[in-house]
Amino acid sequence: MNEPAPSLINALSEAELAAIDAEIAHMPQRSGAAIDALKIVQEHRGWVSDASLAAIADHLHMSAAELDGIATFYNLIFRRPVGRKVILLCNSVSCWMLGSDCLTQQIRDRLQIDFGETSKDGEYTLLPVTCLGACDKAPVMLVGDDLHESVTEDRVRELFDQPGAPNG
Amino acid sequence: MDRPLTRNIHADRRPIDLRGYRDNGGYEGLRVGLGLSPADCLQRIKDSNLRGRGGAGFPTGLKWSFVPMGEDCSPGHKYLICNADEMEPGTFKDRLLLECDPHQLIEGMILAAYTIGADVAYIFIRSEYHIAAQRLREGIVDCEREGLLGDNIQGSGYSLHMHVHASAGRYICGEETALISSLEGKRANPRAKPPFPQVSGLWGRPTIVNNVETLSNIAHIIERGPQWFNDLGLTEDAGTKMYGVSGRVKNPGCWELPMGTPIRTVLEEYAGGMADGYELRGFLPGGGSTDFLTADHLDLAMDYDTIGKAGSRLGTGTLIVLDDATCPVGFVKNLMDFFAQESCGFCTPCRDGLPWSAQVLDDIENGQGKPEDLDTLERQVEFIGAIGNTHCALAPGAMEPLQSALKYFRADFEAHINQGCCPWKARQ
Amino acid sequence: MATIRIDQQEYTVRDGDNLLQTCLSLGLDLPYFCWHPAMGSIGACRQCAVLQYQNEEDQRGRLVMGCMTPVSDGAIFSLQGDKAQRFRKTIVESLMLNHPHDCPVCAEGGECHLQDMTVMTGHRDRSYRGRKNTHRNQYLGPLIHHEMNRCITCYRCTRYYRDYAGGTDLAAMAAHDHIYFGRHEDGVLESEFAGNLVEVCPTGVFTDRQLVHQYTRKWDLQSAPSVCTACAVGCNIVVGERYGKVKRVHNRFNAEVNGYFLCDRGRFGAGFVNLESRLEFPALRRPDGRYDALDHHRALEHALRAMEAEKVAAVGSPRASVEANHLLRLLVGNARFYPGWSRGEQGAAIRAMELLRDTEATVPDLAQIETADAVLILGEDVTNTSPRVALSLRQAVRNRARDMAGELRLLPWQDAAIRNLAQDTRNPLHIAAVSNTRLDDVAASHTCLAPPDIARLGAAVLEELLPGEGQHFGDPTVDALAQQIARDLRQAKRPLIIAGAGYGNTTIMEMAAELAAALCHGGCEAMLSLCQGEANSMGLALLTGTGGARVHRLEDMIVQGDIDTLLVLENDVERRCSRRGFKLLRKHVKTLITLDSLDTATTSLSDLVLPTASFAESEGTLVNHAGRAQRYFPAFPPANERRPAWFWLLALAHERGIEATSRLHQFDEITRHCAASIPALAGITEAAPRSQFRAHGLRVPRQTHRYSGRTAMRAALSVHEPKQPQDEETPLAFSMEGSQRDTPGALLPYFWSPGWNSNQSLHRYQKAVGEPLRGGTAGSRLLYRQGHATLERAAMPGAFEPRENQWYLVPRHAIFGSDELSALSPPLRELTHPAWLEITPAAAQALQVIDGDGLIIENERLRGYRLEVRINPSLVAGCAAYSAGHAGTFGLLPGEWVTLQKDPDWQRREPAVIASDRGGVA
Ligand SMILES: Cc1cc2nc3c(=O)[nH]c(=O)nc-3n(C[C@H](O)[C@H](O)[C@H](O)COP(=O)(O)O)c2cc1C
Ligand code: SF4
Ligand code: FES
Repeated sequence: MNEPAPSLINALSEAELAAIDAEIAHMPQRSGAAIDALKIVQEHRGWVSDASLAAIADHLHMSAAELDGIATFYNLIFRRPVGRKVILLCNSVSCWMLGSDCLTQQIRDRLQIDFGETSKDGEYTLLPVTCLGACDKAPVMLVGDDLHESVTEDRVRELFDQPGAPNG
Repeated sequence: MDRPLTRNIHADRRPIDLRGYRDNGGYEGLRVGLGLSPADCLQRIKDSNLRGRGGAGFPTGLKWSFVPMGEDCSPGHKYLICNADEMEPGTFKDRLLLECDPHQLIEGMILAAYTIGADVAYIFIRSEYHIAAQRLREGIVDCEREGLLGDNIQGSGYSLHMHVHASAGRYICGEETALISSLEGKRANPRAKPPFPQVSGLWGRPTIVNNVETLSNIAHIIERGPQWFNDLGLTEDAGTKMYGVSGRVKNPGCWELPMGTPIRTVLEEYAGGMADGYELRGFLPGGGSTDFLTADHLDLAMDYDTIGKAGSRLGTGTLIVLDDATCPVGFVKNLMDFFAQESCGFCTPCRDGLPWSAQVLDDIENGQGKPEDLDTLERQVEFIGAIGNTHCALAPGAMEPLQSALKYFRADFEAHINQGCCPWKARQ
Repeated sequence: MATIRIDQQEYTVRDGDNLLQTCLSLGLDLPYFCWHPAMGSIGACRQCAVLQYQNEEDQRGRLVMGCMTPVSDGAIFSLQGDKAQRFRKTIVESLMLNHPHDCPVCAEGGECHLQDMTVMTGHRDRSYRGRKNTHRNQYLGPLIHHEMNRCITCYRCTRYYRDYAGGTDLAAMAAHDHIYFGRHEDGVLESEFAGNLVEVCPTGVFTDRQLVHQYTRKWDLQSAPSVCTACAVGCNIVVGERYGKVKRVHNRFNAEVNGYFLCDRGRFGAGFVNLESRLEFPALRRPDGRYDALDHHRALEHALRAMEAEKVAAVGSPRASVEANHLLRLLVGNARFYPGWSRGEQGAAIRAMELLRDTEATVPDLAQIETADAVLILGEDVTNTSPRVALSLRQAVRNRARDMAGELRLLPWQDAAIRNLAQDTRNPLHIAAVSNTRLDDVAASHTCLAPPDIARLGAAVLEELLPGEGQHFGDPTVDALAQQIARDLRQAKRPLIIAGAGYGNTTIMEMAAELAAALCHGGCEAMLSLCQGEANSMGLALLTGTGGARVHRLEDMIVQGDIDTLLVLENDVERRCSRRGFKLLRKHVKTLITLDSLDTATTSLSDLVLPTASFAESEGTLVNHAGRAQRYFPAFPPANERRPAWFWLLALAHERGIEATSRLHQFDEITRHCAASIPALAGITEAAPRSQFRAHGLRVPRQTHRYSGRTAMRAALSVHEPKQPQDEETPLAFSMEGSQRDTPGALLPYFWSPGWNSNQSLHRYQKAVGEPLRGGTAGSRLLYRQGHATLERAAMPGAFEPRENQWYLVPRHAIFGSDELSALSPPLRELTHPAWLEITPAAAQALQVIDGDGLIIENERLRGYRLEVRINPSLVAGCAAYSAGHAGTFGLLPGEWVTLQKDPDWQRREPAVIASDRGGVA
């Protein structure tokens, strides 16, 4: 008697549904699109709330527990709200050698956030990321969609000291 | 020097589109390949001695030959997957190929899929490579429009549908069976072998997973023949290889060079040698899960067997250089933290053994180490380091830097323990 | 067979097993966690590592995982090799990094597989100095306690819960050493089989919530082999007692019945035994309606006096043992013995017995059900009536996966590989029911039809199998479905048809039997399973027989009112007749004598009540739905004046001078007498050994070797330890002395073996891992494939015609609530909903009601029924489904037409506090 609650299905937007259904189309099982669906919804909403998770699970005919098991497995599915931009700071070995720790410290100080936290103004979330595949340009970080290579202290200052940014 | 893989790649890294690719002789391999039977294509790949560029170096033709063909294959899909999850610390070669020459990969994939009879292909790409993913998607659309992908490719009767799947981020997704789990929308737990993916992979169907660089070679081999490819290599191993260097060298970067190029050449000629004021202490020859080599090994050829005999692995062919200003314990600890964090959590030695090792390294690095800690580390190396003791190769890979560091830099570990602090930090 | 060498010793073993399984079967100690005999191997924990040598020359060997390594001829292994031992020790040490070492307060302590394995590997001192990970625990409902910090991440819980039992609300979350097994939010675990987690989890993450609050160590439990009384499947259980209370129920392995698993109704349903309201003394009603306690002599005197009356009759019970029913019938005579079913139940139970007795098809045990390769369920909500069958069906649908695996030469224990290969390939399971069922997720088709139409679907399938009279359903989709079902059944080697008494519709069962007959005719090994109502429905039907006493309906008997004295055996008559009938009971019967263990509506009406021992305090034989006779034994002696029902009845019979009973003194003798006088029950003596049985000259001890505090337990009363009670009736002793070696399966009171304190010691009692018990499988089958009945091909039943403004009543069973006794168990009571009536959304709209409103149910016979509305969109139109067995629906009959109308005076219930709203603290 677990009828899908229609309000939850409706919770996904047309655009989200269309994108998810396009993925489902080339899967032998609906649940195969689980990761794509989580990413699609995250693209639209920034993160995957419990309600979004339930709605996706419903649409994929799977349980919330199972989908949460998948969502929480992956590094880049956010189950908590994140800032408008996510800073993915590479802390793998080449970047570490070339000073990623200092950059981390600097960003922490500037934005007053630790790894896993979001700045007060809701602008940035700082996360560590494994090797970004640009080790020849170490240290590197992704801010939103933009890859910043050979990041220096000056560059960090430039990026995060814009007007409006904390401590600016 | 023949540089087939990078012939379309420019210093400014501008991408090449379908038109440009074709103008430069692209999709010629496909034309040739579709004229051959799949069996003939397979023979060419076998004869070329191409070995997988994803890290393990498994002969590609041999791998493909395990895929059931024709009558031997139960009805249903077969899959080809390109592994573009590049997340191995210190590895940055596939990104170049993906971003700058997407069609080279697509063409290689069509031919690979044709050879094994796959009708669906996936490119499993890490999420951070969004530019590459975008270019691949565009490339696929362009190909579909021109009949290079889709139903009845170039009138050959062969059909292939290709999709790009962006990962949600986890190093273990690069392991081929974990990648398959992930493509099925599941947690990326690796799978026990046998059965090998070649017979039971994605959705339980025959599946081949190959690295970006491996697949980028295919069209060239089909077009120009196995002999040409064999001749490219300087040693036993065939073809060219994308080599890279990161760390404190003058000119870090990534280059296509003949397979078997000596380490010294890569390090000194291409990477320009150590940055001023730094000495070479050692290097990981092929990414974060390979054993250290030292200056004594500089004259070895960078090929699978030579590096293997020296006690390490060619891995991804991208060197990470350890200089004398960097604490080797800290270096290994950074990697151990990475591997512990990226363990999928399926098997005990990896899930609990790596954090345990990382914790011991942390103690040592912070001056809290005890002499018996080295025994603990040795025990971890012995037990976690052997392939087969863990469910997949992540954990053994994690042990490689540690085990060789204990060999080459043992004195540094002992200094930490004896002095009760990190000598490098103390020096600062 | 293969010859292998392990540590220089040669063994001949079964080819293709995995080495771990082989070692355990050989009695060699090899530690493990993630492997489970019923779930196979995945190679996660890496605990079962051994050395394998390539050949004679190989001195170093290579570590391999025992559970992932097939044995093959000539293989050489070492368990004792230094490297293997050190590796295994390191694994346990790794698993213990984050383990809290809270054994003293853990309900699992003393029977913890992790404890056993830690000792077995020799790990003692941790060298890890880091911080331990800690997790938040979840509230998982009244049955299961969650203590995530104890987790060693073996994945058994989710593999069992999801892969094996089909549950969806428990999953592995997060990654690396943060892995968490839980729900996505606090709340009651949804699966009806969640309780098995208690036994599946090798440590104390999932424990029996009742036990957590008043735990008793396994070694302090006094246990007996028993049989679950909560439904007709008859799963074998171990009942564990301390301080006169049933502390817990565990699975008792029976290779043919329940294997390794129980359902939650069975596992948590025995709590009624401990109820305060249970009767302890005989009670005599005073004129003012209150009761005086009597001793048993006076009680018997009163009873005898009442039985001297002219018209004495008796009501038996499908939840009482064969022996008690037999004695009762001897006591009053065949003509005055009423089996005690309600109107609908009686016909169904007797017909089911006949159909199974006469069928040519195999009447399958659960193990045989698991071999089915195509299944049709005709009108039975298996999960709610015979829950354990549903778990077996979930295994049956995976047979095709195993076939596919075979083609790739994968071995059956390669669990993950087979799942990856087969994905969701399943054998066909077709379900026809009045609404959705809990098995729909694995069904090839599920169709909602009214019971008469379900019978018609059966007829339509039959028509496809044996084209004859052109009996089609008439609806093109249903006829297409019938074709598909017939195709699937015909293609199967071992097709299984399931029906049952659930809807009280005998035509459906007859159709099922005809289908099975037709399939047998077609040359395959067809199986026919009919679910039945209560623990001894089948036993009572066999006892009653078809041709014996003309059994009248209980109701008529009361209403006709020609009874001076009525004896009621373990039966609550209120549940069996109409409200009017029950009211008349008091009026028309001069003396009502009830034998029961619980305070029921019937005992409250009685003039004399004789308190009986529950199944946990007495012995008896029950016959399960497949005709398997099984014996239960007392785990502890009944307190005060409680006596087994057979004991009271035998005393009465002796005093009454009933000739047939004059030589019966012991329980065994009753069993034998019953077997001798009723051919259909001849096999019941084989259900378990007689009381004289001795293993190596000794009785079987109910207490473990380490049973402690026998004096201390009663120290508050007296420091003298009383003499242990003697058990004259069974081969078991209320003692720790005795022998458990080679004990017959039917007598095993618990599983324990040196070094193996947990239930994983079971393999030491099996012929080989997963195989039948060495002492023999408990129980004896009474139904052999003797039938060759050429069934009359029934005419196409009439189609269901919905009526305007009338509804057709169908019973709806609930795993928690429909069974009388288990529903009283405190933890299950929390999960039981008050009586309800399900209607379709359209009906709700027409009646202007919403969920939670009240409806008045009426027809010419029924008055005064008010039930809460539940809207069920999957319910077939024209039907209304009442919660069977719930107080408030007694007297409603399947197939009656009723009118419904909104109850203007209905008080909506306060929405129950959902456990998760309490923030997980319970
Ligand atoms: C932990 C782990 C991570 C891996 N990551 C990658 C990867 O990112 N890219 C890749 O091509 N191969 C990776 N591999 C290797 C793959 O498992 C597989 O061998 C490879 O994709 C096969 O392609 P090839 O035969 O072309 O080398 C990884 C292996 C392991 C054990
Ligand atoms: S070694 Fe084990 S835990 Fe580690 S990633 Fe592989 S399977 Fe997962
Ligand atoms: S029991 Fe063999 S790996 Fe867990």
